[in-house]
Amino acid sequence: MFSSLMKNNMADMNRGPLGLYLHFPFCVRKCRYCDFLSFPSDEAGREAYLQRLKKEIIVRGEKYQDYSIETLFIGGGTPSLMTGQQLTELLDTVRTAFHVSPSGEWTMECNPGTTDAETLKIYRAAGINRLSFGLQSMNDEELKYLGRIHTAKQFLDNYQAARKAGFENINIDLMSALPGQTTDSWLDTLKKAAALEPEHLSAYSLIIEEGTPFWKLYGDDRSGEADVEGIIADGGAGRQGKAAIPALPDEDSRETDSGLVMKEKTGFPALPDEDSEREMYHLTKRILAERGYERYEVSNYARKGFECHHNLMYWRRKDYLGLGLGAASMVGERRFSNTSDISRYMQDFAYCQEEILDRKAQIEETMFLGLRCTLGVSDQTFKEKFGESMMNIYGDIIRQYVSEGFLTYHEEKGRLAFTESGMDVSNWILSDFLL
Amino acid sequence: MHIDQSKIRNFCIIAHIDHGKSTLADRIIEKTGTLTSREMQAQVLDNMELERERGITIKSQAVRIVYKAKDGEEYIYNLIDTPGHVDFNYEVSRSLAACDGAILVVDAAQGVEAQTLANVYLALDHDLDVMPVINKIDLPSADPDRVVSEIEDVIGIEAEDAPRISAKNGLNIEDVLEQIIVKIPAPTGDENAPLKALIFDSVYDPYKGVIVFFRVREGKIAKGTKVRMMATGAEFETVEVGYFGAGQYIPCDELSAGMVGYMTASIKNLKETRVGDTITDAENPCAEPLPGYKKVNPMVYCGLYPADGAKYPDLRDALEKLQLNDASLYYEPETSIALGFGFRCGFLGLLHLEIIQERLEREYNLDLVTTAPSVVYRIHKTNGEMIELTNPSNMPDPSEIEYMEEPIVSAEIMVTTEFIGPIMDLCQERRGVYLGMEYIETTRALMKYELPLNEIIYDFFDALKSRSRGYASFDYELKGYERSELCKLDILVNRENVDALSFIVFEGSAYERGRKMCEKLKEEIPRQLFEIPIQAAIGSKIIARETVRAMRKDVLAKCYGGDISRKRKLLEKQKEGKKRMRQVGNVEIPQKAFMSVLKLDEK
Repeated sequence: MFSSLMKNNMADMNRGPLGLYLHFPFCVRKCRYCDFLSFPSDEAGREAYLQRLKKEIIVRGEKYQDYSIETLFIGGGTPSLMTGQQLTELLDTVRTAFHVSPSGEWTMECNPGTTDAETLKIYRAAGINRLSFGLQSMNDEELKYLGRIHTAKQFLDNYQAARKAGFENINIDLMSALPGQTTDSWLDTLKKAAALEPEHLSAYSLIIEEGTPFWKLYGDDRSGEADVEGIIADGGAGRQGKAAIPALPDEDSRETDSGLVMKEKTGFPALPDEDSEREMYHLTKRILAERGYERYEVSNYARKGFECHHNLMYWRRKDYLGLGLGAASMVGERRFSNTSDISRYMQDFAYCQEEILDRKAQIEETMFLGLRCTLGVSDQTFKEKFGESMMNIYGDIIRQYVSEGFLTYHEEKGRLAFTESGMDVSNWILSDFLL
Repeated sequence: MHIDQSKIRNFCIIAHIDHGKSTLADRIIEKTGTLTSREMQAQVLDNMELERERGITIKSQAVRIVYKAKDGEEYIYNLIDTPGHVDFNYEVSRSLAACDGAILVVDAAQGVEAQTLANVYLALDHDLDVMPVINKIDLPSADPDRVVSEIEDVIGIEAEDAPRISAKNGLNIEDVLEQIIVKIPAPTGDENAPLKALIFDSVYDPYKGVIVFFRVREGKIAKGTKVRMMATGAEFETVEVGYFGAGQYIPCDELSAGMVGYMTASIKNLKETRVGDTITDAENPCAEPLPGYKKVNPMVYCGLYPADGAKYPDLRDALEKLQLNDASLYYEPETSIALGFGFRCGFLGLLHLEIIQERLEREYNLDLVTTAPSVVYRIHKTNGEMIELTNPSNMPDPSEIEYMEEPIVSAEIMVTTEFIGPIMDLCQERRGVYLGMEYIETTRALMKYELPLNEIIYDFFDALKSRSRGYASFDYELKGYERSELCKLDILVNRENVDALSFIVFEGSAYERGRKMCEKLKEEIPRQLFEIPIQAAIGSKIIARETVRAMRKDVLAKCYGGDISRKRKLLEKQKEGKKRMRQVGNVEIPQKAFMSVLKLDEK
């Protein structure tokens, strides 16, 4: 008995940690700013997709017997469109196909207005232990402009129900720089969300992405800014998705699109100007810090110990496997992703776009991903991996930005990190870390 | 096939811009059946994309036409098209050297214009017989009788029997074709003498090497002839000789005295076949070369730099190739602290500058940074020395300068009467001296001004167009130099002098220009991690200042989850953007900022 337990543990210890991402590309209606890989669907379509996904989990699982799932993340789309039973079966499939770590963080994205107390209980029982609510705003007017399907009230009901269902690790996604948003309304959203005392908060600024209805509305104003001043919305910690949206025929959304264009700016309020946008961004950190949330990554805040582990695997370049439509993976310095074409996905699982990362790419990524975290990049870890100090490679850039106060180098700990003002302009600086 | 010299006519068409030179060439080609009208593309001789777009002729083109005359004989016409703009005088001059006569096209409504005269004088300089043609007689405002007497009075050539035509409508073109036989002399020259041929143009062909265009004065040249370029001494064995079809090269056995054609000889080095040089037979050389062309002096200079520093050799090659058939293009290497390695280039005028710039970008696929154009200033130093300044960076210390002179042009502006007021204001602002005005028609006037060249090289054309809703046309000629109060305006970005942004300015306009320049640069230079002062200075005196505020936020907060390649793409795009900027000190300056001085008159 004792020896068998030992053996099991030994085996687990030898297995490499793996993050598992499952993509659920369906939603009730596409939000006007959204460029993730998602589209509306009917029940039958969702069920067919889930059958396919489960098959993929089983097929892939066989190849990953040397790994143990440390974190799991179900992103979308709107995964909470899954029924309790669908989710239970999905997670059972994962446990059958993969070795899973017993204390793993299992997150699921949940959109307010798509779930209820009963379903949340089933999710919890099925093994989900972290919920990520896509709230975006506490202001119903702002939600309406975004094309969200829910109200603030519906969110509050879902949130309370989640707590009652036993979720002790909850994230709330918020978004600033929304059409018609003022600094006051953003503060209001922030404070109300923090008052609920979630364990984790993500705060992003809206970015107008090409190919979205918002691009037609606001794209021209912002197009020049978008890449340089890019302040962008995260669709939820750990979520994957890509801009390539397959054009599924959907008359409703098309009508909405042309309606938007016709209404032009008459029907929609302007975006906040640059100065207010910056103000919102800077206030966020202060307000959340005052309420006990520490920024550990560009747009992520958490109570101590509640950082999103799945997300951190991305920044720390740990191995992760993405399953489902368009999902991206990186295992053993090899990047690959699933097809984004739903009809192809339904036929075969052939990964596409495989890319083996050379040393240069690995070094660059170590820097531009690692520096996103406030903790920064450890030179010791860097040396272990690449056989030389990062100062050998980036000495000039590091010294320049350290002297200008945008980066700090902690001699004792041997860590390079952004200062607060450096984090604010991190894009500009990170692009210099491309070799 | 042997062609009797007496049946050959070599001529060009000269005219003021827009008087219908290219249209007449088209009609001649069409009427002689060289091309059927189905094959005709309007203005076949203007085959450079750029020429077609602008409706002007830049490069000289030649075509051989067979004309069956009323006397029953067949004549060979070699028509050489020439540019009409003053900027291209040099090209005109080259084409003329290949001709025995010139058809002078005069607009029946506008009559003799500045360029009409200039071109006629050039033709007479080359001993060409000039045959006038009155064009556009179909215009309601046409007054051919008046124009005939104008030609006789002003130019002093007989025009009584000048064909009165409409090239556009194909009216009376036969008259022109017939008159050529009588009015344009047949070539002379002994075809048994040693070879003597004048190079009037050349182009580079990736397959054939340099294609040399020439006029045989004496002797003959055939495939296999071993030729020598008399100025460079280079020798080649002729691979192909031929003449010019419409838009194509037609090989033939030989070309003899009086003929116009081309040769190839797998010539790789462009410098060995200089336009104006004489080709002779290496085994039986002629005694003396033909007189070459007069060297023309550039009037406008600017710095041309490759946007991507690594493309410097490409730019050098491209300039070399362009200079091959545009000897008026001048260039020499220069180095700018801000822009790196590039070239100081001299042009005959603004149009020339623009055309070269566009050809470099289109035909050679180069992305260029152009510095503000400068004219040639004469600096009289206290030690009695006079220097010609083409680059503001080389301006001597003010204490060494006794006085400066700047080039002045005589300008003619044709404008509809409603815009006379605004155009006068514009000329006034540009330090113009009003000389007078003539009414061409009741609604059109010709205004004459003297203007400093440096006032028109920036944005005068654009200002003229916008203030006349596009109706004004403008031409100028260099008049001479005049003493003027000038100073050098420096631009400091983050307290560092950016050499490529310095320019010479009239003292009275220095404050205004300095202020506008700073404002413009403030718009062009993106926010960076720190505050950037932009200052305009004369010597050590700051006369204007703007500040680019520091960037406070540039963060990629969107989480693409595991899709790292998308994140990487965004950073790469940003890096690319930085690459397109020039590092001056620790400030990144976008390329277009260097051109901003050109657009100070906007709004």
